Amino acid sequence: MIDLSLVADGGMGWLDASGPQSHLVLSTRVRLARNLSGRIFTTRNTARERLDILSQVAAAAAETVCLHRPALFRLDQLELEDRTLLHERHLVSRELAGLDGTAGVRAGAALFVRDRLSIMVNEEDHLRLQGLHSGLDLAGAAGAVEGLDVELGQRLAFAFHPEFGYLTSCPTNVGTGLRASVLIHLPGLVLTKEISKVLQSLGQVGLTHRGLYGEGSEVVGNFFQLSNQTTLGQSEPDLLDHLGKMVRQVIEYEEEARLVLRRNVPAIIEDKVWRAYGLLRYARTLTFEETMNLLSGVRLGVGLGLIKDLSLYALNKMLIFTQPTHLAVAEGAAVDDPELAVRRAAYVRGLLEAEAVRRG
Amino acid sequence: MKCTQCGEREAVVQLTQIANEQVVHLHLCERCAAEKGVETAAGVGKTPIGSFLASMGPADLAGSGVTPDGDESCTNCGATIADFKQTGRLGCAECWLAFERPLRDLVRRLHGSSRHTGRRAILTEAGPGTVPGGRREGPTESDLRSQLKLAIEAENFELAAELRDRLKGLE
Repeated sequence: MIDLSLVADGGMGWLDASGPQSHLVLSTRVRLARNLSGRIFTTRNTARERLDILSQVAAAAAETVCLHRPALFRLDQLELEDRTLLHERHLVSRELAGLDGTAGVRAGAALFVRDRLSIMVNEEDHLRLQGLHSGLDLAGAAGAVEGLDVELGQRLAFAFHPEFGYLTSCPTNVGTGLRASVLIHLPGLVLTKEISKVLQSLGQVGLTHRGLYGEGSEVVGNFFQLSNQTTLGQSEPDLLDHLGKMVRQVIEYEEEARLVLRRNVPAIIEDKVWRAYGLLRYARTLTFEETMNLLSGVRLGVGLGLIKDLSLYALNKMLIFTQPTHLAVAEGAAVDDPELAVRRAAYVRGLLEAEAVRRG
Repeated sequence: MKCTQCGEREAVVQLTQIANEQVVHLHLCERCAAEKGVETAAGVGKTPIGSFLASMGPADLAGSGVTPDGDESCTNCGATIADFKQTGRLGCAECWLAFERPLRDLVRRLHGSSRHTGRRAILTEAGPGTVPGGRREGPTESDLRSQLKLAIEAENFELAAELRDRLKGLE
């Protein structure tokens, strides 16, 4: 069992709903893809080379101010359950956690974390530097990651080409290696059926969308990850600026959709919100997917000011702790235990009751 | 048009086969195509870069010094263009030089440009323990010990020796 208390807030500082626009934007992530010069890329190198890369990164990271004395998780030495926990906390990708396909976890796969900064080592690229902040905070997350990039770049030679920029294993990441993504809740646009139009127009301005868990994941609970599609040809500030502008535009559309819903169909919207709340508060069994969808309705209710005795932090916590592995670990049960739906409902009920009492 | 195999679903792919010196055209749905081992555009599109690669015909590789069948390989890691087309991943940084022309064309399509205008790498030369001046806060003894353990595990004896020297220095 891993000890997540080694990491500040268990690596979930991004959940505290302290950042700007937290009622709509759960988190902002900025990541930089980097490879060590003179080394074969991850998908083609050997276990020994990957361990060597890990030791080189560990030595460099230890000397940085940004990531001084980080917690180190050796994914390659962790059980499936622990790796899944780290993935459910959005700290590592499916690929690094070895959850994709049958290949399992790679030798040398590791994660360094300190506060909101982390490095995935031996992912598709040798290093993936990440900053994960609460709310809409592109400048904050990007600034933190840039600081780490500069400090590491003074100690490690990164693969770089004068024309193409930072060289990556996949050409979709080459150049800046920067992917910034904003995890945003858009129930208004989904309910008014405007969402596909919005997503389509984002595609036309060089942005892309994914589900709750990033690449290749499904949209659940009306959460969308919006990110830059291209990484080359524009500078880092330009890429971030463009994404920020578009996200603020999407936020405006979402607020507008909510206004329309409240003005045109107030009874329907209030009913939807309170039904969701009622089910979460009193249901005796809940599947994860159902929980996510109901939490979306309740979150909308909190955003609209209909539900007052519930904090965004409590909602965010439920998103994480009702996930199959988190719940199973907390309850000392197996992930496929059919009893988990009962335990999930009990957990959610308890949390909602406590919130109602606490906030009077 | 309906699938000529199952007659139920819409055909999405046309397959031309030569059997017994006879040319046969088959119109297949995605499922029947998959059963015949034919990857449809829909299937290829499931990998992020697959659809771009699928659209790269032999003409894109012509004049690049890389043969269309992709048997030219990177001298550093041995990866071929065919490997890249299959996995969507390059083998090493040298691949970017070995397949520079087709990759330039590909990144132009992906990003609308091939010219990096962002931050530039600070160090360019690789080497163990490439640590220039300006170290801000030295690692502690326990940091060095855990790094040493990792270095030995990785059989990077050069780095291990350096770390051991530094540990001695601390003592």
